[in-house]
Amino acid sequence: MALVLNDEQTMLRDNARGFLGKNAPIAHLRALRDKRDADGFSRALWKDFVEMGWAGILVPQEYGGLGLGHVEAGVVMEELGRTLTPSPFLSTAVLAATAIARAGTDQQKKNYLSQIVAGDLIAALAVDETAKHNPEKTAMTAARAGNSFKLGGAKTFVIDGHVANLLIVIARSAGKPGDTNGLTLFLVDASARGIRAERTPTVDTHNAARFTFEDVNVSADNVLGRIDAGWDVLAGVLNVGRAAVAAEMVGAGEEAFSRTVAYLRERKQFGRPIGEFQALQHRAAHLYCELEVTRSAVLKALQTLDDSFDRAGAIVSVAKARAGLSATLAVNEAVQMHGGIGMTDEFDIGLFMKRVRVGQELFGDANFHADRLARLNRY
Amino acid sequence: MDNLETFRKDTHAWLEANCPPEMRRPVQGEEDACWGGRHPVFQSDAQRLWLERMAEKGWTVPEWPREYGGGGLTREEAKILRQELRALGCRPPLTSFGISMLGPALLKYGSEEQKREYLPKITRGEIRWCQGYSEPGAGSDLASLQARAEDKGDQFLVNGSKIWTSYADKADWIFCLVRTDPNAPKHEGISFLLFDMESAGVSTKPIILISGASPFCETFFDDVLVPKANLVGKLNKGWDVAKYLLTHERDMIGGMGSTSENRSLGQIASDTVGTDNGMLADTVLRGQIAAYEIDTLAFRLTMDRVGDMAKLGQAHPAVSSLLKYYGTELNKRRMELVMSAGGSDALEWEGERSHEGRTARAWLRSKGNSIEGGTSEIQLNIIAKRILGLPGA
Repeated sequence: MALVLNDEQTMLRDNARGFLGKNAPIAHLRALRDKRDADGFSRALWKDFVEMGWAGILVPQEYGGLGLGHVEAGVVMEELGRTLTPSPFLSTAVLAATAIARAGTDQQKKNYLSQIVAGDLIAALAVDETAKHNPEKTAMTAARAGNSFKLGGAKTFVIDGHVANLLIVIARSAGKPGDTNGLTLFLVDASARGIRAERTPTVDTHNAARFTFEDVNVSADNVLGRIDAGWDVLAGVLNVGRAAVAAEMVGAGEEAFSRTVAYLRERKQFGRPIGEFQALQHRAAHLYCELEVTRSAVLKALQTLDDSFDRAGAIVSVAKARAGLSATLAVNEAVQMHGGIGMTDEFDIGLFMKRVRVGQELFGDANFHADRLARLNRY
Repeated sequence: MDNLETFRKDTHAWLEANCPPEMRRPVQGEEDACWGGRHPVFQSDAQRLWLERMAEKGWTVPEWPREYGGGGLTREEAKILRQELRALGCRPPLTSFGISMLGPALLKYGSEEQKREYLPKITRGEIRWCQGYSEPGAGSDLASLQARAEDKGDQFLVNGSKIWTSYADKADWIFCLVRTDPNAPKHEGISFLLFDMESAGVSTKPIILISGASPFCETFFDDVLVPKANLVGKLNKGWDVAKYLLTHERDMIGGMGSTSENRSLGQIASDTVGTDNGMLADTVLRGQIAAYEIDTLAFRLTMDRVGDMAKLGQAHPAVSSLLKYYGTELNKRRMELVMSAGGSDALEWEGERSHEGRTARAWLRSKGNSIEGGTSEIQLNIIAKRILGLPGA
């Protein structure tokens, strides 16, 4: 497959860019932040997403979704990265839809996927338990009790956790932290007894939460996939999440870069545009190369998820690592090259830096994925 | 489509019958390649036969017009030929600056007589060419070159010197940039001239690099007479020809150094560095190698993506500068990691154990990749100006 978007994907990109540019530019993020919006995202905007079919972008058509692929989801994520728009798209349309579509029973799929498509359900994936992403070390316990389980432990950095109706939780039903066997995925009602959610505003004004689970009762009917065999499903969902976040960072990094190049052309000091100074020209040219090289890896990862899902692990790690590093370079250079004004809250460029830092930590940063790739290559 | 299938079948059959088994192994270094020339030195009968057979079909230059000795193949057919060559492991029958650099320039700027005179000999590997561009005083600022060609009626009189002329001591002819109008602005006084290296007044001196012997030479012109018919393109308009030729050279260098090594660098490093619990024992080196492999894979995908975009007319004309810059810097990084992984064993300079210092020499030679064919700094200038539209001279 050629490493370019096809005509439909290009059209989706242009539509998404136009829609978000008009309805959710950076000012939208600022407004949510400055009025300390309790939801942290606009339900009205989410309704627009739902009407355009984006909530069901990955949901198979038989459940009412658009039945599109990971490249299309990545196209939307990239445009969301460009405008820094907070929304449940990642948590619900990408992560939850993937988990349920791939591992759900017919009943679970019929129930939850249709609600996702209709915009009636917000779901959050609860994986991390420590400051650094390390899913193999999952310690939250799932103790068997008759025909149900009792969940006990804590989760952190749960994206859209505090507004979710449904939590998709990975917990340990057997083995010890470090084992990939013995993990089980659960579909948990967010309002179940024993769950405490603490919203954790993060640097980028997107939504995250910490959870504690104390003897939370979950029926065996709400196991997603097979007991003790949740790792493969989780690994697939995490790969999709990583590629999606990588796409978002491509958008954020490139938007920060293009604003910076525009600034280099306009800003005059010493009687000339600062873009004439060779030091800045070379750094901008180098950054251009890094962003283009990253774009190739991210598109390849999304395409591989579409046509070889189970063999996408390595390329997804390459994409996530690259996206984190090049977007980080982009936002660091962006603030630096804007000089003093780049350091002001009033100016938008700092908002990109904030989002990219969060994107790095989501589902494993560049270091995590470099390590993962080395393990896959057996060194 | 039926015709293409037939072509594939016929091509496969012909290659199977005509490519000697010794020619189905990859070329090992520049000495192993077939360079042809007026006084060719073939490594084997197989090498000579392979060249002759492919040249006869015009398949040393599959897409050049038949009338000049090319194969006259369409794009699709040429792609099929490449695939079939790769499938059988056939090495290129001829390595030639005539094919990779001069030929395309002649096809675009040469007169009909020049095309008929030079192109067939290029396709048959009968003339070996070298490139006379850089001078001691004109490297990055190539247009400031000083080698002089004075008008002497029906001939030019050439004086001056060139440097970094690859294989000048083995070449038969040279394509050379010379100054024909010292009074014009520097880009507007340059001409593109072809002449015989056996002409009176031409001499060469090999250049030894920090990595040891090299194909590079200094070339000296002492009152060399060149027929005016050997001028390619218009007088004083040679810079256009040079620029056109440089883009082909850049593509050639950017693709170099991309190894087809099957084992990852990390696994190769394990041989000398050792492992702890299955992981490379030097943990910092392990991280550096993983980062390099991430960048290398992403870069290879970028070469593919640029190719795909080019086919759709979507690639920026200056994107070759990205590929050249990034590819060469990656190659230098690789050699640094190889040296680090190789430890003191990689420091050996002579003897069989180290294959005469092969690794150390390759490491040193790689430093030239970011200098030759337009330095990394020049490539960044090009990207900044032509792709990003940043202002200034």
